[in-house]
Amino acid sequence: MACIQPDGSLSRSGELILLAVHAPATPQEVARETGADLFLVRAAMREFMQAGYVEKLGDRYQVTPQGEAALEGAKAGKIEEIT
Amino acid sequence: MDEKERVEIRPLPRIGDQAPAFEAETTWGRLALEDFRDRWLILFSHPADFTPVCTTEFLAFQELHQSLKDLGVDLLGLSVDSVTAHIAWLRNMEEKFGVKIPFPVIADSDRKVAGLYGMIMPGESKTETSRCVFVIDPKGVLRAMIYYPLTTGRNMQEILRLVKALQTTDQHGVATPANWQPGEQVIMPPPKTMEAAEERVQQGMECKDWYFCKKKL
Repeated sequence: MACIQPDGSLSRSGELILLAVHAPATPQEVARETGADLFLVRAAMREFMQAGYVEKLGDRYQVTPQGEAALEGAKAGKIEEIT
Repeated sequence: MDEKERVEIRPLPRIGDQAPAFEAETTWGRLALEDFRDRWLILFSHPADFTPVCTTEFLAFQELHQSLKDLGVDLLGLSVDSVTAHIAWLRNMEEKFGVKIPFPVIADSDRKVAGLYGMIMPGESKTETSRCVFVIDPKGVLRAMIYYPLTTGRNMQEILRLVKALQTTDQHGVATPANWQPGEQVIMPPPKTMEAAEERVQQGMECKDWYFCKKKL
């Protein structure tokens, strides 16, 4: 499941995984918290790193301001869908 | 031989080697072999989407998926079809058989991964991948390989048995006999000294001779 759509928005699994690195977390911790496969979390972190949505702190990842903005965008998109 | 007809023959990967690294487009986005480290991986190829034998195999792999997951094993399929073709086929299986395929499938259109793993058997087909299975351990080492021809669907229970046998070997430092099933006796590695050989016979293991001892785990 690619986590970032071609238009730059987050996929559902992307949003879930990015939310899990609000506080620094290892891919194993993210996999446990989200129920996603570990390989998928690792692939997501690679994708997020390339997009500047997360940064690596030792063996942990944490969302960046750019990633926060993407999460805000996902939230706004959902509100728009509902209203 | 015409230049276009020439098929590059690469050496096959070998048991005990580090599995060749790759990064590829899949039905779950871009995945790398590295993403699967710390868990077992079954990388398998099929000849083509929308073909009957491959469809039966995918349905059978899906049945095996939870048992494999419980053993710490991930599944990753591959053929030379495009992601679009894979998606159409997987959706078709869901529609016609009511089965959702719970693992990613590599779209190896440029045959890069197939080439690295020797999945194309030019004597059988110069374009399609044969039915190959690569069992890769948590350290990325290639532990077992199975090759079936285009015509013959694989035996999923044998794949499951193989993984259980390899894990038993790693956990207990033993080997497994022919037709071994979990719970049955395992084979002790041959003793390396005269003293060890004598001790083994005296230890009350089931020994036909000093080199042939079995035990229950």
